[in-house]
Order: sequence, then C-alpha cells, then structure tokens
Amino acid sequence: MRWIWLDRILTLEKGARCVAIKNVSAAEDVLHDHFPAVRDPKHPARNREAFPVLPNTLVIEGFAQCAGILVGHARDFREKVLLAKVGKAEFNPGLSAGPGTTLRYTAVADRIDAAGAMTAGTVELIDSATGSAREFAKIEMMFSHIDQNMKGLEFPDENFVFTDQFMDLLRRSGVKLDHLA
Amino acid sequence: MALSEQEIFEKVQSVLEDALGVDADDVTPASRLGPDLGAESIDYLDISFRLEKAFTIKISEGEMFDQSVLTNTAFVSGNQVTEAGIAELKKKMPHADFAAFEKDPQVASMANLFTVAMVCKFIQAKIAA
Repeated sequence: MRWIWLDRILTLEKGARCVAIKNVSAAEDVLHDHFPAVRDPKHPARNREAFPVLPNTLVIEGFAQCAGILVGHARDFREKVLLAKVGKAEFNPGLSAGPGTTLRYTAVADRIDAAGAMTAGTVELIDSATGSAREFAKIEMMFSHIDQNMKGLEFPDENFVFTDQFMDLLRRSGVKLDHLA
Repeated sequence: MALSEQEIFEKVQSVLEDALGVDADDVTPASRLGPDLGAESIDYLDISFRLEKAFTIKISEGEMFDQSVLTNTAFVSGNQVTEAGIAELKKKMPHADFAAFEKDPQVASMANLFTVAMVCKFIQAKIAA
C-alpha cells in the first residue's frame, strides 16, 4: 500500500507555507470499511446504508504530510522530521470527506528551528459538483528534528521520513529540488 | 512595561491550557507539570515554544528544564542525585525550588521540581534580564 495521503502540492513557499490537495476516491479500500452498510434480518433497527467517508484520522495524516513537507523543505530535507504532537484537530461536525470530494490542506509554519517546528493550518472540503470550499478542520502540529532531540539514540543515515514517495510527489508537483540533483 | 507576577502567571496558565489541554482551574503555582498536569517529554519542548511566543523571549535547550545532569555518572549514583549533582542542578536551574528535593534527591523526584511556580520564576528572571 502507498502511504501517501496527498495527490499534488499546489504551493510550497520555503519555510512559510505549503498548500496541497487530496482527491477522495471510491477506489480507496478504507472508505468501504468506514462505514459499511448493515443488513441484519434479526435486528432490522440496526440496518443502515453504507456511508463511505475518509476517516478524520487520515485527514490529520494528510495534514501531517503537508506540514511535514513544509518543515523538511525548509532545511532541504537534511532533517528527519517526525510528527511529535497534534496540539489541536477540530473538525466541523457537519462535514465529511466522501468519494468525489477534494481536501485542500494549507499548512503554515509558526516557527522552524534546530529542535523542530510548530505548524498550524486548515483543511478545506471542496465539493467537486459546485467547486465550493468549506472549512473542514483546524489543525496545529508540532514536529521534532529527531537527530537533534533524541540524543544518545542513533538513527539510520538515510532519511527514512522523506522517502521516494514524497520526493516523487514533490517532483511531479513541479517543486524544484536542485540540491538533490 | 514590566509584567506583574499575576500577569506572568495568567499567561503561563494560558500556555499550559493550550499545550496540555488542561483547565485553567487545574493550573496552580504548586502544580507539577508531569505528575499533576500530565506533561510528557515532547510537551516540554512544546511548552518552551509557546512560552517563547507568549513572552517574546528565546529559551535555549535545557535552560528551563535541565535533565542533562541525569545522564552524567558523576552526578547520579544508583537512584539518587549526588551532592555534586544537586549543586550542578542549582547552578543550571536557579529558578527551581530544591528545598524538598534535597531531603530525598531521588532521580524519580526530579519531575517534582518542574512546577508552574518554577516556570513563572524562570520567565520573571528571563524578562528582567
């Protein structure tokens, strides 16, 4: 399985802001387990139609990837950037990310320094039928540069955070990665 | 304009509410960040970041919450912090109250030093500098 919850980066301003989108598709298995239809002849009161939506936990993961790219890019992906803490994740209870919707993530860096980074931002839910965007979630996240903070522990030399999947996403989104050439 | 002790406490209280998801009522000067307010290791970095923002100051690593003493074998013997270790801690954290800790300086009791009052005292010294 591919652990990449973004489809395209729209804007990446170094050390400042990253905007990315994800299209929610009915082809994604996870939607069909969350939530499947219930057909119970013995307990008809429990019956319900299927309600496929992207779990909000994966919406948070998408934000972590968007904000993580922002933080990693700020230091040319030399740091291993790990999500340390979700300070806040507030969702609009009236909205859900069903098939055919698009999520637009906007992550802003409050600070990035040697130890890590604080980020905040929004997730908007775009209705493909109308193009209208509504605020779906507000999220705050803290990242740790683990080579700086986990003294005494050794990590592999290669950057296991920013794998080829992420670098491919950056390249196909038109982000210049001259230092990696 | 210099902030009063009460103003500093209220700002620290608000930082801890945001960083640890606790209620303002739970945050008293005597509250210990770990045992009472549930702070885990990464929260100390978060709290430092938020204090820097709230008070427009710069906090270096280990300046407010020093734990480096614990990794130095000269300062720790078994479960106890040695006399030299306590002297080192006092030098590194003049904002902490060591009165109770000195009586039974167990490594596990280090967390009792990190109180809300300690944070407020640290901020006072920092903004007065």
